[in-house]
Amino acid sequence: MPESIEFRVNGARRSVETDPGRTLLSVLRDDLDLSGAKYGCGEGQCGACTVLVDGRPTRACLMPSGAVAGKEITTIEGLEKDGKLHPVQQAFLDLGALQCGYCTCGMILSAVALLNASPQPTDAEITQSMNGNICRCCAYPRIAAAVRLAAASKGGK
Amino acid sequence: MTEDLNPDAVEVERYELFEGPAYRFEVSRRDFFKFAGGGLVILCLLDEAEAQDPARRGRQGGVQPQDIGAWLHIDEKGAVTVYTGKAEVGQNIRTSLAQVVAEELRISVNSIQMVMADTALTPFDAGTFGSRTTPSMSPQLRRAGAAAREALVDLAAAEWKVDRGTLQVADGKVTHAPTSRALGFGELTKGQKLAKAVGADAPLTPPAQWKVAGTSVLKANGRDIVTGRHKYTSDIRRPGMLFGKVLRPASYGATLVSVDTKAAEAAGVTVVHDGDFIGVAAATELAAARGLDAIKAEWKGSPQISHKELFESFKKSAAAGSGNPQGSIDEGLKAAEVTLKGTYTAAYVAHAPLEPRAAVAEWTDGKLTVWTGTQRPFGVRSELAKAFNIPEDRVRVIVPDTGSGYGGKHSGEAAIEAARLAKAAGKPVKLVWTREEEFTWAYFRPAGLIEVRSGVKKDGTLTAWDFHNYNSGGAAIKPLYEIPHQRSEFHGAKSPLRQGSYRGLAATANHFARETHMDELARAIQMDPLQFRLKNLKDARLRAVFEAAAEKFGWGKAAKAEGHGFGIAGGFDKGGYVATCAEVSVAKPGGKLRVVRAVTAFECGAVINPEHLKNQIEGAVLMGLGGALFEAIEFEAGKILNPRFSQYRVPRLGDVPVLETVLVDRKDLPSAGAGECPIVAIAPAIGNALFDATGERRRSLPLA
Repeated sequence: MPESIEFRVNGARRSVETDPGRTLLSVLRDDLDLSGAKYGCGEGQCGACTVLVDGRPTRACLMPSGAVAGKEITTIEGLEKDGKLHPVQQAFLDLGALQCGYCTCGMILSAVALLNASPQPTDAEITQSMNGNICRCCAYPRIAAAVRLAAASKGGK
Repeated sequence: MTEDLNPDAVEVERYELFEGPAYRFEVSRRDFFKFAGGGLVILCLLDEAEAQDPARRGRQGGVQPQDIGAWLHIDEKGAVTVYTGKAEVGQNIRTSLAQVVAEELRISVNSIQMVMADTALTPFDAGTFGSRTTPSMSPQLRRAGAAAREALVDLAAAEWKVDRGTLQVADGKVTHAPTSRALGFGELTKGQKLAKAVGADAPLTPPAQWKVAGTSVLKANGRDIVTGRHKYTSDIRRPGMLFGKVLRPASYGATLVSVDTKAAEAAGVTVVHDGDFIGVAAATELAAARGLDAIKAEWKGSPQISHKELFESFKKSAAAGSGNPQGSIDEGLKAAEVTLKGTYTAAYVAHAPLEPRAAVAEWTDGKLTVWTGTQRPFGVRSELAKAFNIPEDRVRVIVPDTGSGYGGKHSGEAAIEAARLAKAAGKPVKLVWTREEEFTWAYFRPAGLIEVRSGVKKDGTLTAWDFHNYNSGGAAIKPLYEIPHQRSEFHGAKSPLRQGSYRGLAATANHFARETHMDELARAIQMDPLQFRLKNLKDARLRAVFEAAAEKFGWGKAAKAEGHGFGIAGGFDKGGYVATCAEVSVAKPGGKLRVVRAVTAFECGAVINPEHLKNQIEGAVLMGLGGALFEAIEFEAGKILNPRFSQYRVPRLGDVPVLETVLVDRKDLPSAGAGECPIVAIAPAIGNALFDATGERRRSLPLA
């Protein structure tokens, strides 16, 4: 049965009337037209759907929309401020840390979460935090380099 | 089939079954101005050989003329738009094609708009595969850019009545310095409808003088991607759009015994049962999924072999081989001092593009528009026209830049399914395959069995080479080594799984078998594996990449840690030359194999975008590392046993070794494609390094 669910997305209050069993991914993409988070596997294995829920990287494909009531959600669409890219976005762009780009939004949000928690991560921390995100084009060397560049340019904050 | 036919095209034909062109039409230049408006249009005419290229076959009476490869338009405001049927799937051709046009027009890359892969707007193109964009489309667009530049100079010379040799082109203007006069491209074309056709003779800027091409400009629409603004097919929404789902058979080869759709219909979803097709459409994805679950279907299976019996079955069903033998294998073996036999296998692997097959279909007044991620927009248009029995000119296929393909998106299944549901629902329908569907109902890189017999003298001279590939294909099957008596044959066989194109296709399996066997021969005569290859190799381009990779790696010089091994492999595919040196470590006998370092040297003629090229090479090497170490489709009783990312392992960041790439830039040679070739050397390099570390030879992909 549809319910009214309220939460905040990228700083704005949103309310949706929906079946709370629908995934957060489906609600973001199909109801709120925030299509940056992608479907890749539906089992939390690829990370293409990664968004931040109260700052924590979360697989939106596994998260029932009913479970995010009252929470703060950050999607890729919320990172750019006044036309200025987030340092992680800028680093991905500058280093060409992508090919087809389908994994990129999830990659960037995983990296943002990492840098928020650990502004100067070691390579081992980068690998550990980003290992759940698949880039099938395998642009991994550039992705790791972009995370390091963003950290060096005071990313994460 | 003629001798000089492009071997890649043969490979394409084998799996795509293209038919010859039905008609050739006269070009109607008026038509281009209908949608483009006034200004200057340059039509890229294909020469006879290009128009006859088997890769262009497959047209079935569409609206585009057969003998045009691309067109370029400069409008009355000076805006430059390039139209090509090629599709962007992550290989960054949107950027590299714009670069070569910008180079010839002396303008910045960002001032060019690329219209790609839209059957209503772009000329016919057979598809984006076979590493053909850079060697075939890029030169056409270079010529178009150069011809446009020359036409603009002609216009300015006529306008000012000056000698054209006194004019310069820069920053979107033609300038006459002696009189300080300048006119923009748009001003020069104003009020006119100029059309010019260019052939192969247009004057081009040589790569040694490139200023825009040859540089690492950033990805054309990179900002849209990092901000999430780019709309992939699966992101597109249309007014009133429904979500579709399709009922799949319980197993391969299963036939429908009975189906009951009443419960689904009662739940208010649109249900379509048409022949073998059963699908639903509903207002949300969840409602569609629930509707699908409510359908009760009974299937009758048919006997299907498992992956355990696969290679035996290839041998049983094998057809006679085809190839061009040279000399006599028996004589070559007699002349040898050491002979060797080896059997090698490669498993089926999945492309697993991160964006699964997806389509949005919309019918308006009997016309069908489909947005879908495919490498063959015109091929999918034909599929749709056939499926719905309508002329091709009532079907439009639009390909948004797509979430990768690797050869896995040549077909239009999702497009047809979405269109069938949209037709029934009377509303637009979006259909996105689940990961499990993509793993099960797409197609795979062919598995293969390869048998090799060879002979060598103790001084390292190869005398005989007899190579037989069963099922996986003929790409790059012929060795570049100098061997007096040789035969390399491909044998078609019955494949239990649906198979098709893939990055490099059989070149990976053929190189794995060849370069592993070469290592075995080198070991058998106690010769250094690199020296052994060079001794039998005259091809200067392949020698150059072997030497470049070896030098960077420190082959023969680098110290080896306990439990570490070094391996080398290389070859040629689709116009590119590659060599990879790998270092692996094995913790203890029988322990886990880890790839520590991989150095790849690659040469594909004149480099158009060095950073994007490196990105392609690194990506291909790492994708190849997946097939080398762990990727394999398992199946039994008509079912895929590992159709999920939790069960089918693909490379992740933690699998990445130290990667080094050497670009061998040959500005004196035409640019070749680079999306495929660099995948072929990593697997044998790893296998050879494993042998070096442990003395254990593994002859199957995956190795682990």
